[in-house]
Amino acid sequence: MMKMIGAEILIESLKKEGVDTLFGIPGGVVLQIFDALYNEKGLRFILTRHEQGAAHAADGYARATGRPGVALVTSGPGATNTVTGIANAHMDSIPLVVITGQVATRMIGNDAFQEADIVGITRPCTKYNFLVKDVNDLAMTIKEAFYIARTGRPGPVLIDIPKDVSGARTDFAYPEKVSLRSYNPTYYGNKWQIKQAAQAIARAKRPVIYAGGGVILSNASGELKELAEFNRIPVTLTLMGLGGFPGTHPLFLGMLGMHGTYTANMTVHHSDLVIAIGSRFDDRVTGKVTEFAPKAGFIHIDIDPTNIRKNIHVDIPIVGYVWNVLFELNKDLKASQEDRDQWIRERGPWYEQIKEWEKEHPLAYKKNSKGIKPQYVIEKLYELTGGDAIVATDVGQHQMWVAQYFKFDKPRTILSSGGLGTMGFGFPAAIGAQVACPDKLVFNVAGDGSFQMNVQELATAVINHLPVKVAVINNGYLGMVRQWQELFFNRHYSGSVLDGTPDYVKLAEAYGAVGMRAKSPSEVEGVIKEAIRVKRPVVMDFVVDPEENVFPMVPAGGANSEMVFGEVSKEEKEKVGGKKKEKKGSVLPA
Amino acid sequence: MQHIISILVENKFGVLSRVSGLFSGRGFNIENISVGTTLDPSVSQMTVITQGDDRIIEQIIKQLNKLIDVIKVVDLSEKDYIVRETALIKIHTSRSEDRSEALRITEIFRARVVDSTPTTYTIEITGDENKIEAIINLLRPLGIKEIVRTGKIAIAREEMKAAAIQEGKRIRA
Repeated sequence: MMKMIGAEILIESLKKEGVDTLFGIPGGVVLQIFDALYNEKGLRFILTRHEQGAAHAADGYARATGRPGVALVTSGPGATNTVTGIANAHMDSIPLVVITGQVATRMIGNDAFQEADIVGITRPCTKYNFLVKDVNDLAMTIKEAFYIARTGRPGPVLIDIPKDVSGARTDFAYPEKVSLRSYNPTYYGNKWQIKQAAQAIARAKRPVIYAGGGVILSNASGELKELAEFNRIPVTLTLMGLGGFPGTHPLFLGMLGMHGTYTANMTVHHSDLVIAIGSRFDDRVTGKVTEFAPKAGFIHIDIDPTNIRKNIHVDIPIVGYVWNVLFELNKDLKASQEDRDQWIRERGPWYEQIKEWEKEHPLAYKKNSKGIKPQYVIEKLYELTGGDAIVATDVGQHQMWVAQYFKFDKPRTILSSGGLGTMGFGFPAAIGAQVACPDKLVFNVAGDGSFQMNVQELATAVINHLPVKVAVINNGYLGMVRQWQELFFNRHYSGSVLDGTPDYVKLAEAYGAVGMRAKSPSEVEGVIKEAIRVKRPVVMDFVVDPEENVFPMVPAGGANSEMVFGEVSKEEKEKVGGKKKEKKGSVLPA
Repeated sequence: MQHIISILVENKFGVLSRVSGLFSGRGFNIENISVGTTLDPSVSQMTVITQGDDRIIEQIIKQLNKLIDVIKVVDLSEKDYIVRETALIKIHTSRSEDRSEALRITEIFRARVVDSTPTTYTIEITGDENKIEAIINLLRPLGIKEIVRTGKIAIAREEMKAAAIQEGKRIRA
């Protein structure tokens, strides 16, 4: 057996886990680890400019590949800066291993320099976390961390390594196996329940599939497509599910929920059987939960039992890995192949009705020859890339426009902060995805508010030759906040005006990236084409119509069947904004 | 409805915080929590008393099971169980009539005096909540100086074979 210090054990163990890239920033208590990384050929270290960027980049790497992303940071502020990134991965079930340095074990609890109780801080936002107190436990801890992060419902795991542990010497042998008596996720769905589900699907006259991120995480998009096509069931996806079913497929209804399509929401609302797959009935999906699919029975397939019956009553729950469950379900359904044509014939009126809804309110926006409509930028991006790109988004209006107007055909091509809604996620996530997929075209569609939250990572993209293309949908506002203020708060643009934004072209150039701007619709195509052509990081500043809104929308607390397409009624206004008198006069002192 | 949930967990630092953090973070309430070791030194036993409708209790049990360090969760309220609590009650006994009254009460409740000074008795009592509340109420007129309670612990009654039940072998305290 070989004698090694903790830092070397860490590096060797990471390599054994198949890790090829670390994102992070060094500091005092991780110097031993960085010394072990020096001249290390098997691991690429990407220096970000902020630890939040490192966590999001590792997250983007994981979303694009399915392999755990790894971040390495120092104690105290280095560790606390990753918390948003960890919470973000936790909400979206992304496998992440975050390694933080810690002060020496004898100093823990003494308020030492750069000490933070990061295990305590991240307890509620990690899947699990470890403080390694003995170098002899280090290798096993790393093994367990990766095992927990990538199995079951995936999630972030944090390993806190005190300075003296990374310096201590011991024998090293990486464990072959790991088993935890208290952690045994259920992978195979109950066969009887699956049979019940198959029968319910056969009986259903108005079925719809509502699938989410679980389809992506379990690589089940092929099985989902088979289920939908064989039984001819229309499919709607959550934001996290986009790409799990082809966006261009005739059975695809679009995204559902608050900014989903009218067709998707109406189909779910009127269906008699909702087949929920790897999705968790989030409030942005269901709207008013008591009026969500009121006439439907529910089948719910999810690996996490806590998701079942958390928000909604379920008739046929199936706990298991989505891929395995769909595989079995497809087998059961294929057994009754002769009957299938009969079911499909009986569903004729349902398919007709869905077509009617599609005609009634298709996704649309008012085109304008003067200013650039943000939706137009997304449409052009889709058209000019042929959809063959990875698109990371930030959070807000632009995110919803991407979800509506970019047709994602393949899984792991949209990287978006769904659960936590983290502005500033997109750019570092795009960097992580570009590191993982050097040959892919990677875009970050950002709002001008979101982009400024992690704009420092331009340096990371430039220095590492990562040709990420940032499309800033620049409307000079925190657009989604402004939209709500316009619709529900009497146009009081309180705190949502982004005066003082920099010149993004000059900013890009200052970092050594390429900056471009489009101010009129005729310039959009040229800018995108040029951005794709240059093999360098690019920032495209699209100066868009500042008061464009995302429609359709379900006002907060409303039922999905009551979508708004432009005007908001007085009642809707008061439901969200509350009853109040119009404020008169200037808010400035006389 | 009140539920008594028995949880077996890995005996590691931070586990109590993971369990209590789960309750506070998700807005579940804890009326009582107690922790102790088991025969296996690597396993601890927690007893949590909580309130909630069926949906909330189902979530609590699922969420507890989801914690990596939790080995087993049992809702004792679905079974026949025994629940006990111990209290230590320090009372003023300066006057001799108070001392004899305190001893009488102690005897009635099958409690014990575990410490005595010229001016105080400390009484140890074990039982269910009603019994402890009852002795406290009787001792109160004497002047209670201090009370310390352990919190409740509970255990399922062993299931008996049908034949044994017919023979009436079950003895209940």
